[in-house]
Amino acid sequence: MKLAYYPGCSLEATAKEYGSSVRSVCKALDVDLVEIPDWTCCGATSAHATNHRLAVGLPALTIKQMQAMDLDCVVPCSACFNRLKTAEYNMTNDAAVRQEMEKLLNFKYDGKPRVYDLLAYMVEKIGLPAITKKVQKPLKNLKIACYYGCLSVRPAEITGIDSTENPMQMDKLVKALGATPVNWSYKVECCGAGHSVAKSAMVTNLSGRILAKAREAGADLVVNSCPLCQTNLEMRRPPGEDMPVFFFTELMGLAFGISEAGNWLNKHLVDPSKVLSAIQAG
Amino acid sequence: MYIITEGGPKALDLNFTKEVKQRSGQEIELCFQCQKCASGCPIAEYGEIDTNQVLRMIQFGLKDELLKSKAIWVCVGCETCGARCPNGIRIAAVMDALREMAIEQGITPGEKDINLFHQCFLDSVKSHGRAHESTMLIRYKLKSGHLMEDVGVGLKMFLKGKLALFPHSVPSKTEVKRIFEWARKK
Repeated sequence: MKLAYYPGCSLEATAKEYGSSVRSVCKALDVDLVEIPDWTCCGATSAHATNHRLAVGLPALTIKQMQAMDLDCVVPCSACFNRLKTAEYNMTNDAAVRQEMEKLLNFKYDGKPRVYDLLAYMVEKIGLPAITKKVQKPLKNLKIACYYGCLSVRPAEITGIDSTENPMQMDKLVKALGATPVNWSYKVECCGAGHSVAKSAMVTNLSGRILAKAREAGADLVVNSCPLCQTNLEMRRPPGEDMPVFFFTELMGLAFGISEAGNWLNKHLVDPSKVLSAIQAG
Repeated sequence: MYIITEGGPKALDLNFTKEVKQRSGQEIELCFQCQKCASGCPIAEYGEIDTNQVLRMIQFGLKDELLKSKAIWVCVGCETCGARCPNGIRIAAVMDALREMAIEQGITPGEKDINLFHQCFLDSVKSHGRAHESTMLIRYKLKSGHLMEDVGVGLKMFLKGKLALFPHSVPSKTEVKRIFEWARKK
């Protein structure tokens, strides 16, 4: 299977381990990722928070490049997915926006939806049976809190999620890897997102609460799909909190027995070794 | 029409109400103050106005109070409020519209550092076509004066190879610059 690939800025910097694990896991699943050759930033929160034109213009440029490739495009970062999908949604449903983008970027938009959240694509299109088939080391000793955050989930009319309060895609994936997803009520709470630098105390409070609730539910670790959530949950946690946080692709890599998984985990700011020994013991 | 505020009677600015509706595309008059938005808001304790009050104040045309508020800046845009609104008002889109109006009107942001961070982030995207965290953070530190905050964690990230030293410039950055110029013209 061939897919267009939009890594986004974080996967080449603060979330390098996400980028490497996405590539390895896709290779293991026989998914050929073709990186959009000249992709640009989606504008993230800063664009829509301050200028609505920038918030559509920046992702529309990438959609133009995607259209030239004529492939479904997977986006691992929840924030990039949300911005690209919102631009696609606006261009499809609002003729004025579409015409403005076509004029600005000198192309004709074909209206074909191409932007997919990588996690949703894995579960719904590649499918759990194909994933289960690759599992060599089931993660059977692990209880996992699946943390979805905001941007892969809301608003539902744009993301196409099954439920904005209790989404289940990641839970199903984790189960297919042999682990046990826990029931908890903070899976779609916000970590503080883009305020990490300017309002760090606030983000520590929000992120700390999420980790504490995961612990209360009996989880050994938290799994997520957003580079900013990962950074906040690792970097902006209260002192003494040692709950490890993983990207879902890292867990897939461990379950698939991919040897370079150790290199990804070395990049974590919070030591995941306790979790790793539980897997090895299993 | 007038409304009695803490500062005395104030004329309702219904043009403001109309403009926020237009810019956000949201039916603000549908809000009947059930407070579901505010009760689920993760940052309610950090702003001085609750989410449902923001909608009420727009209905009343209280422009200055809103555009100068902290509340519009501390909003994280998590969309929890809109997902739970029984009348389908996307309040995050309303918050976006309010911030944009405050910027256009040159109003000093109620939370300076947050707006400064957004501007440093976007400057980085404008220069390189992609966000470059190291130069963006240095620029933010210099401009905000919070020089020593996060030095330890920054060093840790750097040693883990998570902060790229040099920006990655893409050929289509010229198109990105053009998008910025188009977006920022009035």
